Amino acid sequence: MATLPRTRPRNRRLVSRNTVAGWSFILPNFLGFAALTLLPVVVLFYVAFTNWNVFGVAEWTGTANFRRMWDDSSFWTALRNTVYYAVFHIPLTLAAALGLALLLNRKLRGVRFFRTIAFFPYITSIVAIAVVWNQLFSPEYGPINALLGAVGVDSPPGWTASATWSMPAVIIVGTWRYMGYYMLLFLAGLQTIPAQLYEAAETDGASPWQRFVHVTLPGLRTTTFFVTVLLTIESFKVFDLILVMTGGGPGQSTLVLSQYIYQKGFEENQFGYASAVSIVLFGICFGITVIQFMVNKRRNS
Amino acid sequence: MTATDLSLPVPAVAAPGNHGTSARRVRSRAWRLLGYAALVLAAAGLLLPFLWMVVASLKTNNDVFTIPITWLPDPVVWRNYVDIWQRSDMTTWLWNTLLLSVIVTFLQVFTGSFAAYGFARVRFPGRNLLFLAYVGTIAVPWQSYMIPQFILMSKLHLSNTLWSIVAIQAFGAIGVFLMKQFYETIPEELSEAARVDGLSEYGIYRRIILPLSRPALASLALLTFTTTWNDYLGPLVYLRSPELRTIQLGLNTFISQYNAEYALIMTGSVLSVLPVAVIFLLGQRYFIEGVASTGLKG
Repeated sequence: MATLPRTRPRNRRLVSRNTVAGWSFILPNFLGFAALTLLPVVVLFYVAFTNWNVFGVAEWTGTANFRRMWDDSSFWTALRNTVYYAVFHIPLTLAAALGLALLLNRKLRGVRFFRTIAFFPYITSIVAIAVVWNQLFSPEYGPINALLGAVGVDSPPGWTASATWSMPAVIIVGTWRYMGYYMLLFLAGLQTIPAQLYEAAETDGASPWQRFVHVTLPGLRTTTFFVTVLLTIESFKVFDLILVMTGGGPGQSTLVLSQYIYQKGFEENQFGYASAVSIVLFGICFGITVIQFMVNKRRNS
Repeated sequence: MTATDLSLPVPAVAAPGNHGTSARRVRSRAWRLLGYAALVLAAAGLLLPFLWMVVASLKTNNDVFTIPITWLPDPVVWRNYVDIWQRSDMTTWLWNTLLLSVIVTFLQVFTGSFAAYGFARVRFPGRNLLFLAYVGTIAVPWQSYMIPQFILMSKLHLSNTLWSIVAIQAFGAIGVFLMKQFYETIPEELSEAARVDGLSEYGIYRRIILPLSRPALASLALLTFTTTWNDYLGPLVYLRSPELRTIQLGLNTFISQYNAEYALIMTGSVLSVLPVAVIFLLGQRYFIEGVASTGLKG
């Protein structure tokens, strides 16, 4: 934190002048932020307890939406699929991003060029990515199965055409897209570890693996924590990639929570019920973040 | 973590000295070779989809999927890049997207940097609580409040207008974070001296802080432009009329309409990616600094 202009309690005029100045700076952004983010979040908790439909006629229905959700097998499928995606996407991306960052932190030729490429998937639009990968994953003629066939896999998977393999396909693409982004955060974290620590470890005869475990990992604790929080939220809200790649299918094999909210809300106009499902998504993301913050705090102290 | 100079990575892991024994030197060379092998492998994995995209966009439709796979188009069908404009409303889509991206970027940079100054440099009661509200929204995905937001926007008669996209993208918390982080690295003495000279807070922001924060402003502008250009969900929810479609929305309709035109679909994809790729390559440094210093995306 920067040092701020000192304000003494008795200097009321300065405080009020600062308040006016401060608010005037924040207001243009805050008006939009409050109206389009804060207000909707508050309204969400009202709509979820109503049967709001497309005509805007809303009756308070209490917990009816939530009771309906409890018996809604599609909701549970969506929740299960979202967890499936997260459970694989988070560790895979974490490992890939850290691996890439360690690789790029070495003095090798072409590192700068590589960093640019690693970032390319992240700046490419989801629609383009999804359609390219769908061609690559094409079961009969796609290059991925051609490669698998070449290394001796007899019956390569059907990928997005198969209920079993569509989720793994989506996870692969998700990891491919985001690893460069998180790599950058790790790379920034690696810069903050003093080189002396490595020199000292090397003098003590520590192997590369020992140096990684005892110097790199502890030094990256804050970054890893931050990356995990972002990755978790990103995984649970996954939507556009799946929507364009598989549309939730085949069947409901890749239906995720966000898409279920979209279906119920914008395709079936059941705003009340969709909001109830939204609260579950909200609760998961917010809850996991709070838990992660608390665990991190305890570990640090 | 702000503006870390990533272009000069500290050689932290491999720093082979001259004092090592020859066995050690051999080992470090093997280690290096392994590093290059990993680099090449990873680069191939990252680039292959892009190679496929460009190559397929220059093939005839029947040549896209062949056994064995051809990685060079023969013949090279440049016509695809002419046909796509006639077969689709590419011009409208690109124009809408460009318009949106420019307006959103301008608003986000302006309101974000302005608000960030308030958070970073002006002390007033309730400021930290207010900032906490901004921080808290990192943990709240847009997908979870898109329904009430849509209801509100419809009440304001903004849905199905380009303004809806401007509204949902322009006031994000990201600009506030990024700029606040940066302002906190500028020495307070500078503003203090200006205050003594009788400059108001607005004067300090405009005359001293803004000129100093050009790199951070560039980072924010690039991030916002890319996010808005690539946004698919916002337009999907809000823009229903065909003439309002953005490039992402348009491309997706094109794909579902002509789902067997593999080559032409790739041509459209290349065109949708190209502007952002060019901008990214030009402003790479700022882009990467922006991400590294906020760890946030739009």
